[in-house]
Amino acid sequence: MQEEWKNYDPGKFYDELISRPGNARKPAKKLFSYLKSLSAEDLAGRRQAAEATIKAMGVTFTVYTDEGNIDRSWPFDIIPRVIAKKQWDTTAEGLKQRLQALNLFIDDLYHDQKIIKDGIIPEFVLKQSVNYRKECEGISPAFGVWAHICGTDLVRDSDGEFYVLEDNLRVPSGVSYMLENRSIMKRVLPEVFETVDIAPIADYPARLFDMLCSLSPRKGEKPVIAVLTPGIYNSAYFEHAFLAQQMGAELVEGSDLVVNSDNCVYMKTISGLERVDVIYRRIDDMFIDPDVFHKDSVLGVRGLMRAWRAGKVALANAPGAGVADDKVIYAFVPQVIKYYLDQDPILPNVETFLCYDDKQREYVLANLDKLVVKPANESGGYGMIVGPHSTKKEREQFAELIKANPRNYIAQPTLDLSTAPTIVGKHSPEPRHLDLRPFILQGKDTYVTTGGLTRVAMRKGSLVVNSSQGGGSKDTWIVDTDGESK
Amino acid sequence: MLSKVAERVYWTARYLERIESTARLISIYDKLLFDLPRSVHLSWYNLITINSLDKDFSERYEVRDERNVVKFLIGDESNGSSIVSSLKAVRENVRTTRDVIPADVWYMINELSMYTQENLMQGINRSKRYDFLNEIIHGCQKILGTLYSDMPRDAAWEFLRLGRNLERADMTTRNIDAAVSAILETEKLGEAVNSHQIIWLNLLCSLNADHSYRRTMHESVKGQAVVEYLLMNKAFPKSVGYCLSSMANAGRRLPNASEVRDEILAIKLEYIIDYTAEDLGVALRNYLNELQIRIIGMHQKISATWFTA
Repeated sequence: MQEEWKNYDPGKFYDELISRPGNARKPAKKLFSYLKSLSAEDLAGRRQAAEATIKAMGVTFTVYTDEGNIDRSWPFDIIPRVIAKKQWDTTAEGLKQRLQALNLFIDDLYHDQKIIKDGIIPEFVLKQSVNYRKECEGISPAFGVWAHICGTDLVRDSDGEFYVLEDNLRVPSGVSYMLENRSIMKRVLPEVFETVDIAPIADYPARLFDMLCSLSPRKGEKPVIAVLTPGIYNSAYFEHAFLAQQMGAELVEGSDLVVNSDNCVYMKTISGLERVDVIYRRIDDMFIDPDVFHKDSVLGVRGLMRAWRAGKVALANAPGAGVADDKVIYAFVPQVIKYYLDQDPILPNVETFLCYDDKQREYVLANLDKLVVKPANESGGYGMIVGPHSTKKEREQFAELIKANPRNYIAQPTLDLSTAPTIVGKHSPEPRHLDLRPFILQGKDTYVTTGGLTRVAMRKGSLVVNSSQGGGSKDTWIVDTDGESK
Repeated sequence: MLSKVAERVYWTARYLERIESTARLISIYDKLLFDLPRSVHLSWYNLITINSLDKDFSERYEVRDERNVVKFLIGDESNGSSIVSSLKAVRENVRTTRDVIPADVWYMINELSMYTQENLMQGINRSKRYDFLNEIIHGCQKILGTLYSDMPRDAAWEFLRLGRNLERADMTTRNIDAAVSAILETEKLGEAVNSHQIIWLNLLCSLNADHSYRRTMHESVKGQAVVEYLLMNKAFPKSVGYCLSSMANAGRRLPNASEVRDEILAIKLEYIIDYTAEDLGVALRNYLNELQIRIIGMHQKISATWFTA
């Protein structure tokens, strides 16, 4: 594949592996020479092997379609994405700092709201936040932590720096795929693991388990941990089952749990009711308890909020934590870090325009063709517009949406997302845009995954990496190059 | 152990057993039809009757020929007991109980599902059917073997045993019933003497019991001995008596099991221990029918005791 690799040219974009045609970046050098040694048939064979492995391992995600829900094989590209350990270590510190500040912020919002009284964040932003839960006011979860599991989306711009694109503090998913990607990789390209010093990632489930245990309200006893799933029709069901299995926790649905008059949560077992101490819930706030939120929710557990408020059960993430992944709040995170930690943010935000502000909105409306505009509270890449890829009609429609509800929209410059070589169809590797979702845990301690889930936009030029919209994924390697000669 | 997980494990075992016995039944039936005299028009449709699927079948097909019967039993998704549907159910159940089932079993079920989907036509056409069914039987045995080798002997294991043995007991009674009805059919035609032995031997084969029967009973294949062997033998793992004993043992290690165990032992006492197969005709069919109803009742008791907490 020597020739094909010489022709690989990412152009103006920062490429994760290749610095200029024919040359690999330092942490990717060994990988690159290995890839060059493979023939085109060899590479195609490995790719088929990966597909077969994914099927046999049953790694799927569920797509909602008109004909019902379909289980699709997890899309995976065999060329990994490589990041130097040194850069990663700084990034990980930045992620910890960010989550610590966000948790202090959420705790403040549900107690004294000092940050609003001190004029850092305008009051109406909070008042109009759809993810602020009045029902959570005055509650003090263990360690003051509300968002125990956070998936933060990072992107690399053409300058090679990581920027935070968004924080997912509700029920972020993807970590199981990060772990399975590594297992697939080890089966498909085992040789390369012998030569490259790739940091392992397998400790995540153990760390998650320890974190969840640390939240248990019953001290001195081995806590009973449950993963609460909406069920097999949820797009992330694979992950719920995977994590429960990896942790040795119970995988439960709402109908398996009851809250009794003692405010404790119990699961229905073959020997009767057994108390549950910590629930890692993968159901949105509005569905967890029909007594308090959506009355017709059949996914949740009646009385769960009562049990939580009484301190008889820990919920991760805590209800109401999503208030901080409002994209308007996102714009304030640098100030939030400064305010609570008195530190400068380690990781920069992407420049963000707030449409509720008259001046900024004016700028956004005048530059729709250059900007990415997102609704403040959607996830999964829905309801947004990518200016340079849009039609005039779409921009006009979007302008109306913004004017009708300015608080609900933010805009960002269209970033030159970094690329990595990706095998598409039967062709030689081509550059495709990608992002990175590391997962951060906070309980008593804070932990960041080694790397994260790399998602790839498989269509040429596309910036949409969501698997529900044709995105793929890659294994992510954190490689230590210290001590190696240049 | 969660009630729901217990239920799913139990059904996993039932469906796995059903897949294997369906595959075996079809692959043996071929041979039987070849061996019987041409004047005996034993029909493929008997396989539908054995499994009490007459109503479902008639909703899908008019012609009761080999192709439709085999299609219905192997590949029809509208038939909840077909191999394809049962495999789907196994996969769904294991997918939702991955925390108690060895990871290898999950991979094997994925592989078996893929094989079945990709080679379905081989099963329906006659020329490669035997290989196809054999592959499925081996797939099931690989899964059972892994469970046997790697499953911790905890509550989940006991529910697997309960499910497997209940399904087996039920299948064994159905297989005997099918043989008896075939015998009755041949008697009408006066072909009885030649055909009986073929049918009884076929019954043993479809339960993989022919070798052990000969070794244990020390006599040639005769109706009464075959029926007694399949109902009462204490060592043959598909005999109804053996299945009931296994279930009673499984129950001993589960909480709140006394009612279920009492019922299992009652069935054993009433139907197995003192039984002699004197009449191999209508009386036997009635007896088998009652036994099947008691087995279904036992399922309901299991469900009420552990699954609907």
